[in-house]
Amino acid sequence: MQQKSQPILQIENQTKRFGNVLANENISMQVCGGEIHCLLGENGAGKSTLAECLYGFYRPDSGKYTFKGKEFKPRSPRDAIDAGIGMVHQHFVLSPPMTVIENIVVGTESDGIWLDLKSASEKVAALCSDYDLDLELDTIVGQLPVGRQQWVEILKALYVGVDLLILDEPTASLTPQEVEKLFEILQKMKTKGLSVILITHKLHEVMEISDRVTVLRKARLVGTVNTIDVTRETLVNMMVGRTVSFQVAKKIKTPGRAILELRDLHVLKDNGLDGVKDFSLSICENEIVGLAGVAGNGQSELFDAIVGVRQLQNGQILLSGEDISNDSPDMVIKKGIASIPPDRMTQGLLMGFPIKENLILGRHRVAPFKKGIELKYRVIEQFAEQAIEHYEVVATSGEQIAKTLSGGNLQKVILARELSHDPRFVVASSPTRGLDVGAMEYVHKRLVELRDSGIGILLISEDLDEVFNVSDRIAVIYNGEAMGILNREEATREGVGLLMAGFRGGGG
Amino acid sequence: MLSEFLNAAFLVALVAATFRMVTPILFTAIGLLVVNRGGIVDLSTEGVMLMGALAGFTAAYYSGSLWLGVLVGALTGGAISLLTAFLVVILKMNQSVSGIAINMLAAGLSFYLFRLIYGSSGETVPTVSTFDPLPIPLLSEIPVIGKVFFSQYALTYLAFIMVVLVWAFLYKTKSGLVIRCTGDNPRTVDTKGISVNLVHTALLVFGGMMYGIGGAFLPLVATGLYVPGISAGRGWIAIAIVIFGNFRPFRVMFGALLFGFLDALQLQIQGIGIDFPYQLLIALPYVLTIIVLIIGGKSSGKPLHLGIPYHRE
Repeated sequence: MQQKSQPILQIENQTKRFGNVLANENISMQVCGGEIHCLLGENGAGKSTLAECLYGFYRPDSGKYTFKGKEFKPRSPRDAIDAGIGMVHQHFVLSPPMTVIENIVVGTESDGIWLDLKSASEKVAALCSDYDLDLELDTIVGQLPVGRQQWVEILKALYVGVDLLILDEPTASLTPQEVEKLFEILQKMKTKGLSVILITHKLHEVMEISDRVTVLRKARLVGTVNTIDVTRETLVNMMVGRTVSFQVAKKIKTPGRAILELRDLHVLKDNGLDGVKDFSLSICENEIVGLAGVAGNGQSELFDAIVGVRQLQNGQILLSGEDISNDSPDMVIKKGIASIPPDRMTQGLLMGFPIKENLILGRHRVAPFKKGIELKYRVIEQFAEQAIEHYEVVATSGEQIAKTLSGGNLQKVILARELSHDPRFVVASSPTRGLDVGAMEYVHKRLVELRDSGIGILLISEDLDEVFNVSDRIAVIYNGEAMGILNREEATREGVGLLMAGFRGGGG
Repeated sequence: MLSEFLNAAFLVALVAATFRMVTPILFTAIGLLVVNRGGIVDLSTEGVMLMGALAGFTAAYYSGSLWLGVLVGALTGGAISLLTAFLVVILKMNQSVSGIAINMLAAGLSFYLFRLIYGSSGETVPTVSTFDPLPIPLLSEIPVIGKVFFSQYALTYLAFIMVVLVWAFLYKTKSGLVIRCTGDNPRTVDTKGISVNLVHTALLVFGGMMYGIGGAFLPLVATGLYVPGISAGRGWIAIAIVIFGNFRPFRVMFGALLFGFLDALQLQIQGIGIDFPYQLLIALPYVLTIIVLIIGGKSSGKPLHLGIPYHRE
């Protein structure tokens, strides 16, 4: 973007530490009036910290802000709001049992002690028609779909009046259609002269919407570039510091016979409501089936049912034709199902235990790791040593406690545990959530290797990029039901997006 | 025998007594309701009521002013809750454990201080002359109704006025919305630059003052003397009533009335000397509490962030 407008915000030499972790080191950037500025970087690069300092949530250790020509020193979010800075947080900050209008009004400054929802509603209704948002203001927020909840977040900022809106990973849980609508809203804001900082690690979003991009890597500034001057590859280079292949190299394989068959599964959620309904799907040898869907549509119940920790109300699970419905988790493991759970910290590992013990969880009752009632630590230690080497875990030894490892290394420990025992089938749920690009590439490579070696894989993921990258077939789950299954070649993001939003007849 | 139950004098006395019995529980429950709506679990009510009762009684006994007693009861309750606030708001300790600890501390302290101030029992029992009923002019002249509703104690009126005030505050003011949102998701107010710690502390202090007044009512209105353990589990029952009332002011009020009614009923039945084991009658309100919780224990109105310490992470 040519210097067509004055910078509205200038950040100079911001440094922020948490304890002895450096989150931002000497970062400087400028945001112009009326531009959409992407802040790009991997997880842990310091994007959110930068934004949260600007919003007054944290105080930077050093550095200086100039906002609208004046020095700006926010001591709390109130100062940021008063100055005209709004923020839409990564995890929505809403009170689900309250109405839309209550969520928008709470904590805003106005005269008097009485709550005046009527005049507030008029003001918000005007904003809605400005931005073409179709929203009932007295709906309970918890009943809205995620995309609409995000509108409420945006309206919260617009209601108090902003010149600069920061959005932190706003597309993480949206369907492609919802993302498109969000981008329309951002474009409208831009035409009204508002500035937007969009924090993301998704490159196609940067390319689609931004005017300029500032890239952070490992707490440091890499640089700011005009979007039209760069390609995705350049941005990835800046972000990761090396070239990364997006497309995982896959051999062409014809799927073999069905390895895991799910027939008319019916599983309940914890609250007794339907989690998964009449769900059928089969996964073949030599095949990765990606299961796309917005979070909370039955994925975790399905995962639990397959690994045997959640009772089936109805239906059957067949492993190579053998009925394993309602087998105990122990039996499921013994029969050759490996699983990568969605939350590595709470479901995948014991964070207070050393790596070596984490590596034999679930197999601690079988030879060679035990004899009689005794655990064979010599064998376990040897196994740990090999696993650490083979799976490239960055750790001093098998004695290291799990919680001292980074996310990528934790995931490698899980992969090592699950994949070292010749599984016949692997179910992986969000295996790369929160991992950096390098670790993500590693996990994908391993999954594809497994597939090439003849194993069937069900990849449950909310990340469409991931699903499209590694799957041979793509299934969609919505509200606990299977919405259809497509071959990778015939699937489009739009089609899958429609299915994710519950519209049948999307697809290819 | 049945005719004795149904005669008018009995019924008037029963209903009038209901309002008297409900007052201490209502103060405590409505104070706790506000604390709970802000997302804090507070199990210190019983101990704080005991301390409020002792402090209120002592102030009234030595000064001769009953109203000063009420004030001191409130301030004592507020002060103890400030300690609760230190544990759960500043140190972010487990709220249930802290509440029980404060409860035990306050209850134990009330026994100890009573001995310290009034000596061991056996000597003359210290008493104060209790509040007189405050009939409301004109309204109290209405037959039956006047006697039942408008010839009560000032503190009883105040307790019911507090229900209305708390309702109006929670649902009709901006601060009320802030409190309700804090209870569901404290970040909603934190991101607007409002200090969650300050909100929580203010709520706890208000709650403590209400428990203190609830406690002070007992010696200053009901008995005229202080007996160790005078609250007799009413603090715990208030906790159950807030859950039964689904965290809504008027439902909490009805829950409290139900309990007060049974408490009054057992007293009145004992009073007319029916041949029935009185121990069972005394147990009635407590049994009801359990039944009511079993039936109505699913509280859809429970604040989503209730009992979870807030960390800005």
